[in-house]
Formats: sequence, C-alpha cells, structure tokens
Amino acid sequence: MKIFVWTEHFDNKLAQASKEAIGAAKSLGDQVTALVFGQNVDAIVQEAFHFGADAVIKADDATLADFRAEPYIALVAQIARDHQPDAILAGATTRGREVLGGVSADLDAALLDDVLSLSIEDGKLTATRAMYAGKVLTKEQLSGEGVQLATLRSRAFKALDADTSRSGEVISVEPVLSEDEIATKSEGFEGTVGEISLTEAAIIVSGGRGVGGPEGFEPIRELAKVLGGAVGASRATVDAGWIPYEHQVGQTGKVVSPDLYIAAGISGAIQHQAGMRNSKVIVAINKDAEAPIFKLARYGVVGDLFEIVPALTEVFKEKLGK
Amino acid sequence: MHIVVVTKATPDTGAKITVENGVPTWKEAMVINPWDEYSVTEAVVLKEEHKAKVTIMAVGPAEHDDALKQGLAIGCDEAIRVWDEALVGHDSLQYARALAAAIKKLGDVTLVIFGKEFADSGSNQHIYQTARLLGFQVLGSVSKLISLDFGAGTIKVERSVEQGKQTVSSKLPAVLGVLKDITEPRYPSFIGIRKAAKAQIPVWGLSDLGIEAGTPKATILSYSEPPKREGEVEFIEGESPREIAEKLAEKLLEEKVL
Ligand SMILES: Cc1cc2nc3c(=O)[nH]c(=O)nc-3n(C[C@H](O)[C@H](O)[C@H](O)COP(=O)(O)OP(=O)(O)OC[C@H]3O[C@@H](n4cnc5c(N)ncnc54)[C@H](O)[C@@H]3O)c2cc1C
Ligand SMILES: Nc1ncnc2c1ncn2[C@@H]1O[C@H](COP(=O)(O)O)[C@@H](O)[C@H]1O
Repeated sequence: MKIFVWTEHFDNKLAQASKEAIGAAKSLGDQVTALVFGQNVDAIVQEAFHFGADAVIKADDATLADFRAEPYIALVAQIARDHQPDAILAGATTRGREVLGGVSADLDAALLDDVLSLSIEDGKLTATRAMYAGKVLTKEQLSGEGVQLATLRSRAFKALDADTSRSGEVISVEPVLSEDEIATKSEGFEGTVGEISLTEAAIIVSGGRGVGGPEGFEPIRELAKVLGGAVGASRATVDAGWIPYEHQVGQTGKVVSPDLYIAAGISGAIQHQAGMRNSKVIVAINKDAEAPIFKLARYGVVGDLFEIVPALTEVFKEKLGK
Repeated sequence: MHIVVVTKATPDTGAKITVENGVPTWKEAMVINPWDEYSVTEAVVLKEEHKAKVTIMAVGPAEHDDALKQGLAIGCDEAIRVWDEALVGHDSLQYARALAAAIKKLGDVTLVIFGKEFADSGSNQHIYQTARLLGFQVLGSVSKLISLDFGAGTIKVERSVEQGKQTVSSKLPAVLGVLKDITEPRYPSFIGIRKAAKAQIPVWGLSDLGIEAGTPKATILSYSEPPKREGEVEFIEGESPREIAEKLAEKLLEEKVL
C-alpha cells in the first residue's frame, strides 16, 4: 500500500495529530509519503522524516503560508492525480477534516471521517467509527476503488518515537492556484501558544456547575497546571459564561480521549459523557454519591471539590517535584 | 439574497441507544440535530438583517420533516426535502451530490449554512463535499461572523481551530459550517409552530434534480455497542482531604497515566 499523509503544523512544529497519522500509516502501508505545505517548511519536512515518513512531497510557497481550504484542497487533489496513492490519511482535526472532505468531492473518493481504528482488508480501508455521540460503534469499509481517504481521531493512534537519523527523498511541487485565483484571504491569527489543546491533551481536569462561578475554575486550572494538562468544562458552565466555549467537552463541545480525565463538580449528563467516555482513566469528584458520573469513573471521591482539588494539587506538587 | 440552511433530525441527545438485531434502536423522539439549532437561528438572524430569503433543506426520508418544520417555525421561508429511494444505503458523497444539485436548482443561492456536524454520523464531510461540488468557497468551524455584504459579494468570519482563531475573508458564494458560539439559539413560538404544522413540504427526487445515484463507495458492515464502563468505580475515602488526595495520587501513579 502506498499511503500519503496530509500533515499540518503550528508554531513551526509538526502537529501531534500528524505524527499520529504518520504512525498509523506506517503500521498499514509499506511506503509512507508525508505532504507538507506552507512557507519555509524545511524543519517540518525533517520532523516528518523523524516521525516515520519514507518520503515527503513539499509545497513551499507564499500562497500556502496560512491555511486556506481552497488552495490546500486543490493541491492535495492534484498530487493524488499525479502520484496515484492507494490512500490518503490526515488527523481528524478541523483542518484535516476540511482538506480530506473537500478532496473526497474533487476526486469522487469516499472518506472515513474521524476513525477510531483502521485496517486494510482485501485492499479495502476498514475502520471503526463512533455514531450517535459514541453510543454506537460501527465497522465501515470503503470499496477499494480509486484513492481511499480517512481522517484519524486524535489520540486514537500512536505516533512513532522520533528518530533523528531517519531521512528520505523530498519531492517539491508547485501550488495549483495562484494568489489571484484564490477567493479567500487569511487576515490574522490569534494563537493560543503554550496552551495545550483539549483534543491533544493526555490529561484533562474539567469543572462543572459545582465550581459555582468563574473564579471556581481557579483550583481546576491549578491542578491542570501541576499535572501538565488542559482545562475542560461542562456545557452548564460555558452557557453560564464562566469559561469560553473552547473548553466545552461533550456532544456539542469537544470529544476528547485523554489518559486521565478528572471531572470535578460535573454530574455526568449523557451529553457530557459523549465527549469523554473514551478517556482511559476517569476520576470523579462530586458531593452527590448518586451522580451518574460515578458510573463511568474508575476512581470516585464523594466530597467537596473545593477541599479535594486543592489537596490533590498540593500532593502532586510534592510527588511530581514541582 | 437567498440563503440555504441544511438540517436533519436525529434521536434526542438524551436517548438511550442500543443495538437490537444488528441495528441502532431507540424509543425517544427525533429532534433537530443539536448543532443545527445554531445554524438555523443564524440563517434567520441574517434573513432579518439582510432582508434575505431562507430556504431550509434536508436530504432524507420523511422523518426529517419535523426538523424542517422547526426551521419554518423559527422563521425560515421555505422548506424542501430531497429524497429518492435510490439514495437508500448511499454514502455521504451521494447525499452531498443531491444537496448540491438541489441548491443549484434554486439558482440564486449565495450562502449555504451547515451546523458543525451531524450528531448521528459524527462526521462533517457534507459541508466540504457540498461546497466543492457547488464550486463555492468553504469556511468551516466558524465561531463568529464578522461581516457579510451580499451587494459586494464578500464575507469575513472568525474560525476556531485547535491552536487559536483565524480571521478569514472570502468572496461569495460560500458554504459555512458554524459552531455553537455563532449565536444564541431561538426556539419556535406558539404561532410559528401552528403555521409550520400546516406547511406542505415539497419533495424533490433525483429526476427532478437531473442526476442519478452513483455506486456507493462506503458501506457500514456492522453496528455494535461500546464496551460498558459501569461498575468499575473504586471510592477513595479518608479522614481528611489530604489523606484522600494522597491515596488517589498513589492510585493514579500506579495507573501510569501521569
Ligand atoms: C442538545 C444538548 C447538547 C448538550 N451538549 C452538552 C455538552 O456538549 N457538554 C456538556 O457538558 N453538556 C451538554 N449538555 C447539557 C447536559 O445535559 C447537562 O445539562 C450538563 O452537562 C450539566 O453540567 P454540569 O454537570 O456541570 O451541571 P449539573 O448537572 O448541575 O451538575 C453539577 C454537579 O456538581 C456537583 N457539585 C455541586 N457543588 C459541588 C462541590 N462543591 N463539590 C463537588 N461537587 C459539587 C453536584 O452534585 C452536581 O452533580 C447538552 C444538552 C443538550 C440538551
Ligand atoms: N442529508 C442531509 N440533509 C440535510 N442536512 C444534512 C444532511 N446530512 C447532514 N446534514 C447537515 O450537515 C451538517 C454536517 O453533517 P454531516 O456531514 O452529515 O456530519 C449538519 O448540520 C447536518 O444537519
């Protein structure tokens, strides 16, 4: 299998989701080519090799400096026509889903979106996906004709360990569209540098209505900081305006699968579960022993989060030497 | 100025869904796809601001009519359902093709609005597929509409992506995928509901659209229920918060998740 991986990067670093997609491609195919688009992307090209790519197709051009759907989709489709890969993968990130969704229409190729696992059966891409907010799993398969596409749920696939001795062939290609032909302009980007994105986070500490108000997130943030994790929230707290929507976990928020999910003052409504039930270890801290969140949790503490969470922060500070 | 907003019905988000005889089964009612509460409201808000016309569309069988009627009750002007038995068992690309053909048939549409994703399938391919098939620009993950000028044919939005917010301007026609923070959802008024209940929703088949169903390239082989997590909780108790925290920290270090 000849597999291409569309990669993305931020702050001059290869995205975690792209590392995972290259890792997944390596376990499926014998020839993995990373597609790297942008401006001055040589460092990213090297990283793609370090994380397992056998070859890189690079498009280094001012028109590709910022992400824009139109020139990116057009270029991936053109590369696919020219190089005829069997499959193209990408992380199921905002951009990954946009790019391969668009490419699917351009190439009349089916796409398995946001997959949890991936295999090849008789040359056909076969995946497990979640439906109905994770209440049902499906096994889905592509027909195997033409190029096959899939986007991969963050943290569902393992990246290889970086090996700086790896390298390979770099093929340079030109963009398909010139600046005049592109109808969109990127007018600015306000990055959240230093903040761990929820979908990539290995550890998440989340607060619910039990935190009582915006300042109630302070102890949650402190614990997250000591653990090197991200801050999550229930919809009740987002709707109340205590924390921005970017932090919402659940059916109408983000779907996350960290190694550790600590839910403090969250009742565990089914719509919240939809976003976090795939976490490896779930800890629930809640005053109410009957809260549904305890049905999902591996460890539970019946108590006041304003006592337990700061105590945990203190203990971890000592244990983790911070 | 003609806006299309697309929607679909999905089981109530609180529904308990099990797999019976190999298919997903539930007892609860169907509701409008929760992400579409925002997109449909946004379409109606824009209609009021720009004196535009809003057509709400669904591709699918009659079970989607209630979602379309909810749209009418909130203020959409017309509803159209696209459906054809030939589409049964088809993948999202065929649905997108039907949707794109229906939008083209309307003729004068310059803005199409989708919700972030469809709660059933958990995918959001339709947005990008439909845009490419129409030859429209696609702006996904839109958290804020900064400006829209139908006369000049321009739009400017803020997109929420993993590492921050990107401001993008584009020429119309465009397809938007909108997030929850685009607007506060509106709910139908009593009068709106009464009016919508009487609406006859036209159904356009593939022959009306002048297209044929292709061959599906993706198939669902089987459905299953995820492994249960229930019953594994271990309650941590102690004399003081400090003691509880120490015991819990020990357990988490043993789990090797830190
Ligand atoms: C269409 C739809 C989509 C939705 N999408 C989402 C979604 O994406 N994400 C989401 O989270 N919800 C979502 N919801 C809302 C969901 O149904 C719940 O209303 C919400 O999750 C409740 O949030 P909560 O657990 O913070 O609040 P509550 O249910 O009010 O729970 C608060 C909990 O805090 C506990 N508590 C209070 N004080 C303390 C204290 N001092 N110490 C410890 N514990 C304390 C209480 O015992 C209680 O269990 C959605 C609902 C609908 C209808
Ligand atoms: N068949 C359809 N008809 C109308 N709208 C749809 C259809 N399928 C999906 N949508 C809408 O498109 C958005 C993304 O859906 P999807 O691509 O299916 O995840 C959501 O707002 C859905 O409600």
